[in-house]
Amino acid sequence: MQTKRMTFPGKWLPFALLAPQVIITLIFFIWPAGQALYQSLLREDAFGLRTTFVGLENFVRLFRDGAYLNSLSVTVVFAVGTTLLSMTVALLMASTVNRMIRSRSTYTTLLVWPYAIAPALAGVLWWFIFNPSIGIVPYMLEMVGYRWNHRNSGSDAMLLVILAAAWKQISYNFLFFLAGLQSIPQSLLEAASIDGASPFKRFWTIVFPLLSPTTFFLMVVNVVYAMFDTFGIIHTTTQGGPAQSTNILVYKVYADGFVGLNLGSSAAQSVILMVIVVVLTVIQFRFIERRVNY
Amino acid sequence: MVENRPWANFFAHTVLIIGVALVIFPVYIALVASTQAPGDLLRGTMPLLPGSHGIENYKLMWQSGVSTANSPPAAKMLWNSFVMAMAITVGKLSISLLSAFAIVYFRFRFRMFFFWLIFVTLMLPVEVRIIPTFQVVADLKMLNSFAGLSIPLIASATATFLFRQFFMTIPEEMLEAARVDGAGPLKFFKDILLPLSVTNIAALFVIMFIYGWNQYLWPLLITTDPNYTTIVMGIQRMTAEENPQWHLVMAAVVMAALPPVLVILFMQRLFVKGLTETEK
Repeated sequence: MQTKRMTFPGKWLPFALLAPQVIITLIFFIWPAGQALYQSLLREDAFGLRTTFVGLENFVRLFRDGAYLNSLSVTVVFAVGTTLLSMTVALLMASTVNRMIRSRSTYTTLLVWPYAIAPALAGVLWWFIFNPSIGIVPYMLEMVGYRWNHRNSGSDAMLLVILAAAWKQISYNFLFFLAGLQSIPQSLLEAASIDGASPFKRFWTIVFPLLSPTTFFLMVVNVVYAMFDTFGIIHTTTQGGPAQSTNILVYKVYADGFVGLNLGSSAAQSVILMVIVVVLTVIQFRFIERRVNY
Repeated sequence: MVENRPWANFFAHTVLIIGVALVIFPVYIALVASTQAPGDLLRGTMPLLPGSHGIENYKLMWQSGVSTANSPPAAKMLWNSFVMAMAITVGKLSISLLSAFAIVYFRFRFRMFFFWLIFVTLMLPVEVRIIPTFQVVADLKMLNSFAGLSIPLIASATATFLFRQFFMTIPEEMLEAARVDGAGPLKFFKDILLPLSVTNIAALFVIMFIYGWNQYLWPLLITTDPNYTTIVMGIQRMTAEENPQWHLVMAAVVMAALPPVLVILFMQRLFVKGLTETEK
């Protein structure tokens, strides 16, 4: 890794400058992560009196546990649903806004602010408008003959949390898509247009392929968002229910550890989540290197 | 736009207006709900136009909160959120500036080691290592304090990287000139690097303020004392009641969402810059 050609001399000063960051990292990141690794290999008895070293048994149990496997598949559905929904809407909005000249900044302003809303608040907002007894959407759905009830129906509950999560993420995707669209050379589109390509044809054969680096980048970011930043949405709405149908992995770590007090299992789940984050981060960074060359 | 097609423009505006309406819809409903009288929301049909009880609902929420839900006045909770968000933001920015300065402008042993140590924090979101982190904070007696709310969230690999990238683009001549004139490292940092970084600092400030303001799981776990309740978790407590008072909940939601939304609206340029650069 490079530095400047010329640097300051100094033996203790660089360490002093790094110290605050490094100390906080060691105490609140590295140490707890190490603890999670260590605890994932232990098992406490029912009274918390004795802990025994059990090797990888916690992991083996997890992958035999129907509830955990269910949580994995719920997470996949949730992450894919959120990513697809919010990216599709964002791309539609961005490519339409990109056509505009005078109204572009107005529409952009109107679309970016949901980024500021906390996931937990997004959860409360959508929970309220979908509330089976007083919400407005179930009332309208009732008129077309559908009885919405996310307290009983797992698929209704899943739809609700996906909507809330995707809603909040639209502004982020929108901004990146818009930036991607603006970097596409106008001359390409003009040439295609002179050759008689319709707007749809131009979109699919020129714009969409040129946007693919942005799209891949956003896919990774959205999956990370759906997996790790949506705790607030689940906690303020379904709390993993009904019947575990929205019990995503980050929520399960919390519920098993703090509510269920099953420390060994919760630690093992933490470790699995860390592995997932590391893999996703590596994908993201490898991809970004390619994006720069592109 | 390549060619002019009036019907396509009309269609595009229609799509955008529907899109914007759908994005605004939940917040509009919250605004409407927050202006209704206590019983109005429970009658089965949600009104679509604002009621006339807005001022009293907001005043009630601001001054006294919902004591049955153990939720203090909104003024208090907003202040707590503000203190937490500012502590996280200022803390993150200061330690990241210092460590980026050390990494770029010094050569010392284990430089790469420290760089990777900081990098690793990127991979450990608090949700993932929540129980051991909680134990550390409990052992340090930092539960129910602003220090406990903010310090564990301060380490930031993204800010350090961003400042490092930015420092690398500063011309070498700056440092050479400063050293010829006899400036030491701290003087160089204070009088040259900081002024040059103002835009980057401001852009990151916007992003991190929103990040800090929106913290949820962490304050939920480490504070039990209502004196430290932040607005986002206070709202969760109100909704967790048997019969939530939705008109007050929604008034609190609007108050909680307003500060970060205003930050984005008034500093949109900085916000976009911060967002696109931290994710590079």
